[in-house]
Parts: sequence; C-alpha cells; structure tokens
Amino acid sequence: MTETVLKPQTDAHVLDAVKWALSEKEPLEVRGLGTKNTLGRPTDTACTLDLSMMRGVHYYDPGELVISVAAGMPLEDVEALLKENNQHLAFEPVAYDRIFGGRNGGRGTIGGLVAGNLAGSRRIRAGAVRDHVLGFSAVSGRGEAFKSGGRVIKNVTGFDLSKLMAGSMGTLAVMTEVTLKVLPEPEQVRTILVYGLDGDTAFRAMTAALNSPHEVSSAAHLPATIAARSGLARVGDRAQSVTAVRIEGPEPSVLARTTDVTAILAAFGGTDELHRKNSARFWWEVSEAACFASVEPSPVWRISVAPSKGAPLAEMVVSQTGGEYYSDWGGGLIILSTPDNPARAARAVRTAVAEHGGHATLVRASETVRSTLDVFDHQSSGVMRLSRRIKAGFDPEGILNPGRMYAAF
Amino acid sequence: MPEPDRDTIARRVEILNDLRAMTRDDAVISNEEQLRVFECDALSIYTQLPLAVVLPSATSELSAVLHYCHEHGIKIVPRGAGTGLSGGALPLADGITVGLGKFNKVLEIDLDNRCAVVQPGVTNLGITQAVEHEGFYYAPDPSSQIACSIGGNVAENSGGVHCLKYGLTTNNVLGVEMVLMDGEIVRFGGKHVDSGGYDLLGVIAGSEGLLGVITEVTVRLLKHPAVQRAMLLGFETIEQAGVCVGRIIGAGIIPSGLEMMDRMTIEATESFVHAGYPLDVEALLIIELDGPAIEVDHLLQSVATIAHTCKAVHEKVSESEEERLVFWSGRKNAFPAVAQISPDYICMDGTIPRGQLPYVLSKMSALSQKYGLRCANVFHAGDGNLHPLILFDANVPGELERAETLGADILRLCVEVGGVLTGEHGVGIEKRDLMETMFTENDLRHQQRLKCAFDPAQLLNPGKVYPTLHRCAELGRMHVHHGKLPFPDIPRF
Repeated sequence: MTETVLKPQTDAHVLDAVKWALSEKEPLEVRGLGTKNTLGRPTDTACTLDLSMMRGVHYYDPGELVISVAAGMPLEDVEALLKENNQHLAFEPVAYDRIFGGRNGGRGTIGGLVAGNLAGSRRIRAGAVRDHVLGFSAVSGRGEAFKSGGRVIKNVTGFDLSKLMAGSMGTLAVMTEVTLKVLPEPEQVRTILVYGLDGDTAFRAMTAALNSPHEVSSAAHLPATIAARSGLARVGDRAQSVTAVRIEGPEPSVLARTTDVTAILAAFGGTDELHRKNSARFWWEVSEAACFASVEPSPVWRISVAPSKGAPLAEMVVSQTGGEYYSDWGGGLIILSTPDNPARAARAVRTAVAEHGGHATLVRASETVRSTLDVFDHQSSGVMRLSRRIKAGFDPEGILNPGRMYAAF
Repeated sequence: MPEPDRDTIARRVEILNDLRAMTRDDAVISNEEQLRVFECDALSIYTQLPLAVVLPSATSELSAVLHYCHEHGIKIVPRGAGTGLSGGALPLADGITVGLGKFNKVLEIDLDNRCAVVQPGVTNLGITQAVEHEGFYYAPDPSSQIACSIGGNVAENSGGVHCLKYGLTTNNVLGVEMVLMDGEIVRFGGKHVDSGGYDLLGVIAGSEGLLGVITEVTVRLLKHPAVQRAMLLGFETIEQAGVCVGRIIGAGIIPSGLEMMDRMTIEATESFVHAGYPLDVEALLIIELDGPAIEVDHLLQSVATIAHTCKAVHEKVSESEEERLVFWSGRKNAFPAVAQISPDYICMDGTIPRGQLPYVLSKMSALSQKYGLRCANVFHAGDGNLHPLILFDANVPGELERAETLGADILRLCVEVGGVLTGEHGVGIEKRDLMETMFTENDLRHQQRLKCAFDPAQLLNPGKVYPTLHRCAELGRMHVHHGKLPFPDIPRF
C-alpha cells in the first residue's frame, strides 16, 4: 500500500530522496508514469519515488543520431520530437499500454522503457532497447550519483553499464538521464501478407524471407483466431491465418524488394500487400499484443526463443494448458495467452522453455499471481548468484524496487 | 601495474608442476624463449614475461586451471590472438597467461536461426569463411580480422568499418559460455535474442578479460548484401569533408562504411598500395553503400548530389568488385603504410561527436606542432571514431614519452568536446590512467562493483582498465549519513 509519493524535479532531488530512503530504511517503488506497474512482481513498499516530473531534452542533434533526455520524459513526447526530424527509435518501443488496460500514463516514460527493455517487431533487424542505450546518469541504491557510457555511438570506455540498466526494472539504480541512439525513419514501407499457412509452413516462409538478401525488418505469424481481432480488413476479415513480412527503406528499394520477396512468399500461399498507414497499424498491433487487449485479463507470456523452436515450444504449452499464441521475430518471439490456472500454465511454460531453450516473462497477471509465481524465468544457479551479487553491489540495502524482479532481491 | 607477488614468483616451480598435472601434454609453457612470444600484444611498446603460459584445449581443463589459481591466489591474464591495441593481454610477472588458441573450432552453423556457435579462438574472418558458401557473413570487421579471434572481439567489443550500419560486436553476439575465476562455468544468452534478468551478456562484451574467460560464442549471421559499392570523394578542406559527412547522415542515409583520411595518410597509403587516391586533396572520404542494386544506385546518386553541395573536387564510384576492394585497400593498409614513413607510431582511438571534427582536427594540428611530432589521421567518420597516428622514433631519446603525452592530450581533447577515450580498441593499460578525465570516483567505483560480483578476489587481469584497485570489501562498505533532512523542496503527496 503506497502512502508517500516523492516527486523529484532535479537530479539532486533524486539523490536526496535515495539518501533519505537509505537513512530511514524506507524501500522505494521507483516509477515513471506507472504504465508498467503491473510488469514484474509487486513490491512491498510504502513509499514511491515518482520520476514523472523529471522532464526535458538535454541534448538532441539529429546529425549526430543521438538524444539525451530526462528519464521521466514521456515516450510520446520523445517520439514526436524525433518525428519532426524524420527520425525514430529504431527498436520500436513497446508500451503494452493496451494489454495493461490503458492507464492514464499513455505510453510511459523513457526511463520506464529502458528499465523494461521491451522492443517491438523491428528488434530482429534493429536490436533491442539495450542496443540503443548509449549512456545514462543514475543514483544507485547506495545513494551515490554515477554515470556510464557517453553521447557517442561508438564507445568501449569501461564496463558497459548501460546494458546492465536496460531491463533491470529499476532494481539497481534510479536513472535520471538516458542517452539513446536514434536513426532516420525509413522513407517507405510495405508489408507482404501470406494467407492460410499453418505454423510450420509459416516458419519456413518467414525463414525464406529473412534468409534472403532483402533486409526484411520484421516477420510475424498470426493464427486465424488472432488475425480475426485485427482492426485491418485485409488481416481480420479473411478468416485465415496471416503471415506478414515487412520491407523498409528508400522508396525505389522498397518497391523492388517487395516484388522480390513477394515472389519468394508466393510459393507458400496467396499474398497481399499493406502500404504505409496500414503497415504502421499492423506492426503496432503485433508489437503491442493488441489482440490480447480485449480478452478477459488472462495471463500473457512473452517468450524469447530460437526462431526454429518458437512454434514447437508454444505448441507444447498449449497442448497442456489450452490458450492461444502468435509469433513475431521470425518465430523467435512467442506471445502466449493461457486460460486461468496460472500455476499450471507456469509449470507448462517452464517445462517447455527448459526443453527448447529461451526465456519467458509473465507480462500480464493478477497481483496475487505475480507475487506467488516467478515473473522472470529463473536462470542457472551461476547466473542467479552473479545477479544477486550485482544487486548487492548497487543496492546493498535493497531499497530500490525490492522483489520486483525476483523474490529474493 | 600492481606490485608482483614475490611469494607466487618464489613458488613458480611448484605451480608449474601442479599446472602440468592438471592439463594435457604441452599445455604449459615455461621456458623463456617460448614465453617471449607472449610478452606483449599489439601494443608492443610494453612487454613483460609471464610467470607461465597455459594453453588449455577444453573448457574442463581451463576450469580446473582457474579453480587452482583461485585457490592459490594466482593472477590470470586471458589472451586471444594477441592483436589487441591497448595492452589488455600484457602479461604479469606473477600471473599465468591463459591462451585460447586451441579453442579453434566452429561448433555449429544454424542457418534456420541465422547464427553460428564457435570456440573463442576462431578468427573473426574464419566465421565468415565458414558460412560464406551459403551467402552469409559475420558483420563486425575489425581491420585485424584475418588474425583476431572472436573471443578477443567479445572481450574488447570490437568494431570495424561496417559498425555504423551493423553495430559493434555487442550487437552481434547472442550468447557466451565463460569460466569464472573460481572455475565455475556459466552461460549467458543462447540462440534467442532476449534473456530477461540482468543483461550479463551485455556487460561481458567489452569487459577486457576482467570478468571471466570466454570459451564459446554464439554469433548472429547476416545474409550477404546483394551489392556493395564504394565511392571516393576528395575535398580541398577537412571542414568540407566533415560537413559532407553530416549532410549524408542528415539526409537519412546510413552507409555501411564512411571513412575519412587526411592528406598525410592519403599520401602514405597511395605510395604503399596504389589505390588510385587523388593526391591533390586535403581529405578523402570512402563511402560504401550496400543492399539491393536499385537501392545502392539510388543512394549513390543522393550522395553525389550532396557531395556537389559540399564542393567535392574528386568523385569516383567503384564499377566492379575488384575496384571496390582497391578503394578499400588503402584504408585497410593505413597503419602499415604509415609505418613506412615513420620508424614508430602509436594509434589513438577517441570518439567525438561528429560535428566537433573540424575543431578537434585544428586543435590536434596545434598540439602536433607543440610537441614537434607528426600526426596522420584516419577516421571512422560515420560514427565519430578517430584514429590519429602519432609518428615518432623510439631511438630518439624522449620521443616515445612525447608521443604518449601528445596522445593523452588528444584523448583529453576528445573528452572535452563530449566524446570518449576509446571507441573500439579498449582501455587496457594504455588509457587506464586517463579514466579519471572521463569518469568520477563514483562512476569508477560502480563499474568496479560489477567486477566484484564476478571476481571478488580480483585475480583476473588486474591492473587493466581501472587506475586504482579498490578491494571489494572496501567497495561494498556502505556509508549511510543519518540525520539528513528529507529534501524539503521535493513535492510530497
């Protein structure tokens, strides 16, 4: 139950807040706009450190492909600013605001985005959030301000702590400023659709496209029941599965490559094409798992796996628990919704991940479920020991988001 | 370097016997003549004979060696192919150098998942050679790619001319198996791209052998682009070339390579390899575009249009694969070419925001005059990574020291304009003592706390990267200041 909310406006405020929390032994829930509050395990904290007033663009030079912003900047504001210069965050930020129930915080903050390391459909070509974090400033759980990285793209000076911050769910340090690599927005985009493929054939079709020299930026497969929930007629109205491949780049190149990739995909089934606006809508639906927004809030899993193992892994789970899934990243990302009885589903997911490799995150579940089940897969004992020691090094008193990632730390 | 431990040196014979007992034949090297091979890496101005060299041939053997050394407090220096430019593999008099040369197999090629699993001693180019018959390649291409090993690439987070478009090593590695200092074998990542939990794979890349010894690497493979073409652009001033780079990127074009050379480098390389570079320009850009033929043609036209607005006085596009390779031959041989015009040189590696290039080059020219040493420049212009080559003669007393002082001044200048000390060569011992120009004490202590999680006894590659070695117990101590008022100016609700 949150009782106190601290709203720092400056880096110095954040430092004071963490020092105060340390001396009072008062654990903090670290929060941006609260849009991803239900991602991770619930924290047992009475005090919230709310970073939503930490706003401002500290540095942006489009020619340098770099932007530095205060961690509390809304993602939408950053995206709008980049758009003015025909640039974007190439990893395709995922907010999951639809499946989390669309709270008032919109798409959340930049700090929250980095802390969750959630990248969308372009991840297989452009990399994850972690690949675009060039540097940051933060206050660790020791009550000390520190920074790492820089404002340049190429940098190997010292350990790459930016990687450590990305995906750490605010358990190591409170980020105050984040520096990200930005890239030009593609001038043109086309999405090629193939209808009616089964999972196995869809994997082969996506692999044929991804293994061609045509720089496919995304590849997803939606079974018929999931495709039916799309807001796009070409996807939703066919009562068939939809396999989709995205081509982006300069206009003449996109048109030529679309022809070539369509020829490859036509060998698998009937094809169609989405243009710019519909492509944007389609990949937003895929990246944000929009198909699970309207479903009764059943558990949703995000499973990263070797692409060839994606469908076998998902089939193994669904055969035991029921539920439905679709795949992104050419088969390497499974978004899976299981019916109730989360404990049973969790066992099935863990067994399937143990057999096929990969990593599962329970991205949506009730508070009770998230406090009793592992939200993030446990890793090998060696990796867990290292992780525990890193947590102890950065936050020895356990005052930052205690229990958010793992029950033990 | 840390003071050698006399006790360890005194126990040398006993240690050698123990190591021989736990390894297969010929894994332990101890005679001075053979140890000489390992006395330095490619930063050859620093040399040191190691206590011994061990060349294990299996992960279990390496694990046993590290466990033994951990138990006995013996330091370890990991070594790949020895091509590192920052002294990261410089031996320690009281340390065992562990060479990974026998880990030289490609274990698996998995094209359905667009990855390969290889041992760390496989060369960077060896990976591409193992998959190129299928039209695939491994993207990062440091200029030592014929010789450098993938294990070393991960340890240094190596770059290359193509990393503007395709990323550094860290963006192209999916998984790693490594042995920790206490002998434990751990794996991070795999054939999947996101692993959840703390991104330990991410911190291993570029950790310069301070966190563990890499025994297996899973790398991402890319399909070879349909077409690659290079373009040479010559300019009468460095400033014009710099502006042109900015306009190309500003137009939304990300070339696969974007390199700049100054007049001294152009002249040295042209007389060395005859790449057909113009000799009447102050700056030369090599721009490479790759992708479908229609895209490459389209972008070459856009670049040519931009070049005219920047007053390029020389323009040439490669019309064949042979010609493209000739264009690159000069750039790729820049270091040996410069070695032809000077008895010795040291290569710096700072990165700066691209827009600062004209300022930094004019400052560097002033510094070069101040120290009375010539300075040739090659520059990964696309990502702001500078490689000034400082020319000197080690046989002239005081010149090496002057060259090093000039190098340090150049790196300080890079930091001053918002850049960093090293873009791709690593800190090692070379830039170790400059870390404080970029980082505060708190910054460095937090980095070292990561080290403490992996190697609390600090036996792995000590003396590299960090200027001051703090004991982990000291780094772990908390200083909580009681009685501080809780920031009255923060709104509370």
